[in-house]
Amino acid sequence: MNISFWLNGVCVSGEAEPDTLLLDFLRQKGCYSVKRGCETANCGLCTVLMDGKPVLSCSVLAVRAEGHKIITLEGMQKEAEEFGSFLADEGAEQCGFCNPGFIMNVFAMLKEIPDPTEEEIREYLSGNLCRCSGFVGQTRSILKFLQYKKAQKEGEE
Amino acid sequence: MLKIRNYIKVKSVAEAYELNQKKTACVLGGMVWLKMGNRNVSTAIDLSGLGLDTISETEEEFVIGCMTSLRDLEVNPALDAFSHGAVRESLRHIVGVQFRNCATVGGSIYGRYGFSDVLTMFLAMDTWVELYQGGIIPLAEFASMKKDRDILVNIIVKKTPVFCSYISQRNSETDFPVLTCAASLIGEDAVTVIGARPGRAMIVEDTRGIMKGFKKMTKKQREAAIRSFAEYAAQKVPVGGNMRASAEYRKLLVKVLTRRAWEAVGGMKNEY
Amino acid sequence: MKYVNQPVRKSDAMSLVTGKPVYTDDLVPKDCLIVKILRSPYANAWIEDIRTGTAAQVSGIACVFTYKDVPQKRFTLAGQTYPEMSPYDRLILDRHVRFVGDAVAIVAGETEAAVDKALKRIKVKYRVEEPVLDIHTAMDHKTLVHPEGNWESKVPVGADNKRNLCASYTEESGNVEELLAQCKYTVDQVYHTKANQQAMMETFRSYCYMDHFGRLNVVSSTQIPFHVRRILGTALDIPSSKIRVIKPRIGGGFGAKQTAVSDVYPAFVTWKTGRPCKLVYSRYESQICSSPRHEMEIRVRAGADENGIVRVLDVYSLSNTGAYGEHGPTTVSLSGHKSIALYRHLEAYRFAYDVVYTNMQAAGAYRGYGATQGIFAVESAVNELAAQMHMDPVKIRELNMPLEGGPLPGYPDSPYATSCAMDQCMVRAKEMMDWDAKYPCRDMGNGKVRGVGVAMAMQGSSIAGVDVGGADLKLNEDGSYTLGLGCTDMGTGCDTIMAQIAAECLETSMENIVVFGVDTDISPYDSGSYASATTYTTGVAVMHACEALREKICALGAAMLDAEKAQVDFDGEYVYSSDKKVSLREIAVKGTCGNTQELQVTRSHSSQISPPPYMVGMAEVEIDKETGSVKVLDYVAVADCGTPINPNLARVQTEGGIAQGIGMALYEDVQYSEKGAVRNNSFMQYKIPSRMDIGSIRVDFRSSYEETGPFGAKSIGELVIDTPSPAIANAIYNAVGVRARELPITPEKIAMGILEQEERE
Repeated sequence: MNISFWLNGVCVSGEAEPDTLLLDFLRQKGCYSVKRGCETANCGLCTVLMDGKPVLSCSVLAVRAEGHKIITLEGMQKEAEEFGSFLADEGAEQCGFCNPGFIMNVFAMLKEIPDPTEEEIREYLSGNLCRCSGFVGQTRSILKFLQYKKAQKEGEE
Repeated sequence: MLKIRNYIKVKSVAEAYELNQKKTACVLGGMVWLKMGNRNVSTAIDLSGLGLDTISETEEEFVIGCMTSLRDLEVNPALDAFSHGAVRESLRHIVGVQFRNCATVGGSIYGRYGFSDVLTMFLAMDTWVELYQGGIIPLAEFASMKKDRDILVNIIVKKTPVFCSYISQRNSETDFPVLTCAASLIGEDAVTVIGARPGRAMIVEDTRGIMKGFKKMTKKQREAAIRSFAEYAAQKVPVGGNMRASAEYRKLLVKVLTRRAWEAVGGMKNEY
Repeated sequence: MKYVNQPVRKSDAMSLVTGKPVYTDDLVPKDCLIVKILRSPYANAWIEDIRTGTAAQVSGIACVFTYKDVPQKRFTLAGQTYPEMSPYDRLILDRHVRFVGDAVAIVAGETEAAVDKALKRIKVKYRVEEPVLDIHTAMDHKTLVHPEGNWESKVPVGADNKRNLCASYTEESGNVEELLAQCKYTVDQVYHTKANQQAMMETFRSYCYMDHFGRLNVVSSTQIPFHVRRILGTALDIPSSKIRVIKPRIGGGFGAKQTAVSDVYPAFVTWKTGRPCKLVYSRYESQICSSPRHEMEIRVRAGADENGIVRVLDVYSLSNTGAYGEHGPTTVSLSGHKSIALYRHLEAYRFAYDVVYTNMQAAGAYRGYGATQGIFAVESAVNELAAQMHMDPVKIRELNMPLEGGPLPGYPDSPYATSCAMDQCMVRAKEMMDWDAKYPCRDMGNGKVRGVGVAMAMQGSSIAGVDVGGADLKLNEDGSYTLGLGCTDMGTGCDTIMAQIAAECLETSMENIVVFGVDTDISPYDSGSYASATTYTTGVAVMHACEALREKICALGAAMLDAEKAQVDFDGEYVYSSDKKVSLREIAVKGTCGNTQELQVTRSHSSQISPPPYMVGMAEVEIDKETGSVKVLDYVAVADCGTPINPNLARVQTEGGIAQGIGMALYEDVQYSEKGAVRNNSFMQYKIPSRMDIGSIRVDFRSSYEETGPFGAKSIGELVIDTPSPAIANAIYNAVGVRARELPITPEKIAMGILEQEERE
């Protein structure tokens, strides 16, 4: 089946089988940041934004992306560098394999909850597993990033 | 691995029903469960173009389209207020936000999974399902029916006043539940639902009428009724063992969770 | 110091956080064949007949291999220095399949669909036999897991395949029985730890291709590139010189990738077909046929006198190696060596073990490597002793813990504690936890009780006299350095840590050092990253390489300045001789023109001792007395890893290890069906902690200075998983009086324990 959708702001099209998963299609299109950590929709590594909402690309048929807007970390490089530097300053990126999905969901969270509490952070991101960091360094990086953004905003005002 | 030969995004429920009469056809929900199986699907039927992904509210009821995501359900302020937070509580442990953005309420209810938090929760409200052929029937009836080839279109929650509490026991926060329990005053009726027994959620029939007139009971009467009903439920609800817990432990949980859920509902007395 | 003991950002951090394609499966060649494995549905069976004809005919299939096609020399997949302690008990494919998930056939084809189709067409007739599925009856069972004649144990470890024994051993010092009889307080209990999956986010994977010299190139997500090279040579029965192994960025290891779990299959396909191919294990495969922690049942007998001095320990470990013996003989030895040594006053100890084969998934290396199991048992037993004598569990440790310069009983790899700040770790942990106020418990009045618990731990730093770290350092034309490494950064940050050490030693900036690793054709030999060896061992090799290269820079600089080498100084930028100087850049350029003194050195290092890092862990848990639900509210960890070269990375290692340890303590458990199939075969059924399951984890360091390590450093990576299980078990006991001797400690075990207690009362 021929499908076309908006990928990182650009209209892409291609052939997909009816059972091709969006995850695999995105990797074929060069979005290697999208990772697979399980086959059971439990790890969150394959998280991408679909019309602004975080979804598991392992559980979305590629054909269902038809006409929708998909954003991967490749489409948010500047933001990734900005937030990622906070993660890196904690050493909490570690092996990095879960980072893209985690960072995509952090962006989704901040869109929904601009100033989340620690409890809200834990709950919103609970579907993003990480085996290296024990999570607490990730949380520190988010809190520090929020502080930085706040200071930045106050500076502008 | 899931194999799909044809994918059709249908233009109407009638078309979906037509296509779904073939045994090897399959209606797609959010795909989170479906794709884990080793199924060979001849035609995958996608309802996502039918506008069935919204929650609409009237004076009498909530009409929840089958393609509504669990996440939309969770963050719906009206449902949250109506259920006294129970709907949100029943959903927030399910894997993660991204998962709940994919999973649909239709898929959860249609699947009638044993582990289902969603089924437990909806059984504790005045819930009906709208089937394309079967018409509108109570959820409890649907839950005990054998799976057929009909299409689940909407889930309807009547606005019969509900005072409700939802509790689940889990070995870890985002795991399947070891037991789910919802206690609910639906109008005058006291309804208790136990799920993840690990079998499918069921309404605990109060044959002895222990909870009858709960709303009007004094505090002392309530305490006594709750204790006695919790004991009764533990005796009555069939439970089993699986890799998460034994039958014996589940039996204990039926008692504890039933009591706690009802204590929470009892605590809402000022709002009745 | 400018770089050492500084929280430097990892050199590869920005490419990781921006999602760059740096992992194995991001780099595969486009025309690569897909490899998949047909797996046994039976725990113990013989292939009577296997038909692949119609499978091979599927369009796009390149090859189908069965046991008939593979070399018949046995080997081990354990990533260990040759000769390996692990028995040679494997073939690439065997007629005898020994666990549910064992490899039956290899299929490679152009598309995944074709391979899936072919897999379904392979017809196998099995002769199914009774499996061994219980560690208690495995030894001398009538079913032999390895009846074959060419099974071989290369090192005398007490193995005997005719008894289902992978290893067996006893050591004793002093008279254990006599002392036990003398002690006022004694404990005799059995503790049971389960198999756990490392569950790194990137599963096992590798791709292979032939190069222009007809050599087999293997790009693998591995902790052990040099061992993989040797293992593949043995398995394929070809000279290792024909094999090159490259490690890209890897998505976590935790010991799982210290076994060459999946490399042999794609290597065999490419060697046979000449075509590039890849094999990416599914999570399902990573759960059912990989290298989880050894299940161990450990009996501890402990004795203490009336003053709380622990005088005697007797530890017997029964370890389950599963169907193959990778790391079987070695993990078990740590269960005693790293636990008994925690008690410095011991007058006698005994340590014995049996490692048995069963028809279950083969075990392997997992962070902690047997120490984790042993420390759970011994620390729990000591907590039971303390309870008997009504002594604070902190107090009994204060009385008995290792002290700098003091003995480490039964620890052969370091005659005494060369560097040890365990006492300061305990003081700091107590303070952070507010132990005295919280011990033993506080009733919260709502059916919930909070309790605190404590445990100590030690690990090693490298395998004494075995592990080799290598560093290759050269000065480039532009004045930058290239540091070639053979140790394997798996997200832990060792590439950065080595660059920090080099930058410090060379008095240059981090940016001026290019780290390269790992390619077995180019990198200096290194055992790989395991056994908590990298910072401690390779770090010293880097220091030595820097010293040697400085000498060479000085020599060439001196020649350029017409001075004697002894008269010049080098400050990282210039070589000085009284009033003259020449810049590093000029020396570097000189090195490329008419030069006969190579500005490159390679250094190897190996330590004769394995100095332990130490740690105190304290847990505060809250228990729901009716449901048994347990929440770890707070975990305090104070570690002595010597000088932390990079405090940020040491901290995150600790936090990550604690979280993994919490999973192990509370719910991670590889369970089997009656027929021997793994039930937790996905992340849906094998739950690792999510961030909602982790309360606060607070980490601090109290550093001793280890003279044999780089800048005083020891290890950190493994140590940090050792305390959660015993500390949490102790906290639960202190909260509700339930003694959990079997992991994981599920809510059910706690609730039922409380009920039993109530019935007794």
